[in-house]
Amino acid sequence: MYQSKWRIFTNHTILVLGSLFMILPVWIAFASSTHTREYIFQNGLQFLPGGEFFTNYGAILFDAEATKGRVTALEMLFNSMVLGLGFAIGKVIISMMAAYAIVYFRFKLAVPLFWIIFSTLLLPLEVRIVPSYEVVANLGLLNTYTGLILPLIASATGTFFFRQFYRSVPDELLEAARLDGAGPIRFFIDILVPLSVTMIAAIFIIMFVVGWNQYLWPLLMTTDDQLYTIVIGIKQVYNSLYEGGQIPQFPKAFALTIMASVPPVMVVVIFQRMFVKGLVETEK
Amino acid sequence: MKRVQFEHSAVPYLFIAPQILIICIFFLWPAVQALYQSFLLEDAFGMSSQFVWFRNFEDVLSSSSWTRSAIFTVVFSVLVSVLSIAISLFLAVRADEVIRGAKSYKTLLMWGYAIAPPVAGLLGIMMFNPLMGDLYKAFNSFGFEFNHIENANDAAFIVILIAVWKQVSVNFIFFLSGLQGIPKSVQEAATLDCKSPERRFWTITFPLLAPTTFFLLVINLTYAFFETFGIIDVSTKGAPGGSTATLVYKVYVDGFLGADMGGSAAQSVLLMIMVSVLTVFQFRFIERKVHY
Repeated sequence: MYQSKWRIFTNHTILVLGSLFMILPVWIAFASSTHTREYIFQNGLQFLPGGEFFTNYGAILFDAEATKGRVTALEMLFNSMVLGLGFAIGKVIISMMAAYAIVYFRFKLAVPLFWIIFSTLLLPLEVRIVPSYEVVANLGLLNTYTGLILPLIASATGTFFFRQFYRSVPDELLEAARLDGAGPIRFFIDILVPLSVTMIAAIFIIMFVVGWNQYLWPLLMTTDDQLYTIVIGIKQVYNSLYEGGQIPQFPKAFALTIMASVPPVMVVVIFQRMFVKGLVETEK
Repeated sequence: MKRVQFEHSAVPYLFIAPQILIICIFFLWPAVQALYQSFLLEDAFGMSSQFVWFRNFEDVLSSSSWTRSAIFTVVFSVLVSVLSIAISLFLAVRADEVIRGAKSYKTLLMWGYAIAPPVAGLLGIMMFNPLMGDLYKAFNSFGFEFNHIENANDAAFIVILIAVWKQVSVNFIFFLSGLQGIPKSVQEAATLDCKSPERRFWTITFPLLAPTTFFLLVINLTYAFFETFGIIDVSTKGAPGGSTATLVYKVYVDGFLGADMGGSAAQSVLLMIMVSVLTVFQFRFIERKVHY
């Protein structure tokens, strides 16, 4: 396609500006996280990295004092990993199974059960946050990984992704499988699951990022530092920035935000193709 | 539904059971409780409660702070949606035209999806820190008397800016995929017929993207309603004086920090009705789109 030189030039300028708009805040945070707190306090945010990278990141990773709690960033990263993986794995398995029942079977309670599942799309966790907290407290699940993960899985977005996907699987497959004498469980495990691998990977990636980035729910139900995720740690560190009459620890707060962002960003960038496929094909 | 299905047996119940169980315990139970609580008036210590019918709703709807928060939520959501959609559409059209370096631009513009809202909130508020924030300094050196700690509009500006920044990448991905889904032959025919890229965009490309845009509008409104909680909680905390608190943030503040369970539950129910309308709308639209 013919494009004028001028058009090509403006295209690149606009895209570079757009990329800078996205990257600059994170770059400034990174550069500022590698200076001493006195330097940042006196000179403001920095565009160029300083020499304190290992000191600051080392302190935040291994020293609970630096994160203003009883838990180090390393432990928070571990909790985030548990939440991200647990949420993604649980969601994928449970929604695959439920979608299978909905698409491939005609059974008595199918319609009411479908509507129960559908109703969860109407009401995000944020809206029923206070009673959800009470239910989890009643069950004695506060400050447990189970209590952290299960209520988040209770929304059926994944089920609808898989429902959409199964409906696009040709009917002939099932006919052939039945001629070969495969039962429903066999068909699911031997044919449908292998067929869904790319779809599973795509949804897994999206869900991992969603789980990792959870904020409101972990904020409410983890009163014990030991269960803080790194995203919650950010609030903790930010809130204590001005405490104690000392020079605020901006560099370490930035170091924590950078560490909270690296894992999900890596996942999205490395698995770009799958991620985009999942996002675009499932949501539309 | 499939033309061919398995016969009736216990198998489907087995497969659907885990999901239904989790939904019953962690979704239906709290939802019913929210509904029930919205009709109760509890005393300050939570010792006794009284069934008061719609009084909580009357209180909420007649309170000036709820009305203000509702107005802010609507204005905020519309501004965030329109701005982030416009910016990302603009970028996606340019990225689609670029041949050299297209892949790098795509990566550079989409990773923001993975940033957690509170992280975005922290980055944003640090840029506006009166002590050292570059944007704060830049604004004031141009003679704006920018002060988000006292001025409600300035605070709203910051929250909107952060929310838009965070949302541009998602919209970008959808628009770029939409654009790349337009057949080459259509684009070539359009180029022959119409030299001006701007006119070509408005008469041919944009109508083709209209379904995507509409879908994104719904997604963005939902995002602005719910997912901006983390941004607000880290950046302004609803200050000054609750002027930047969205309805979701207010449910949290009144219910958890203010211990007004009945009022908070009534707010939840109102919010639930608003979101239900939005979601039914969205679902019908998506269903229709999938079938053609």
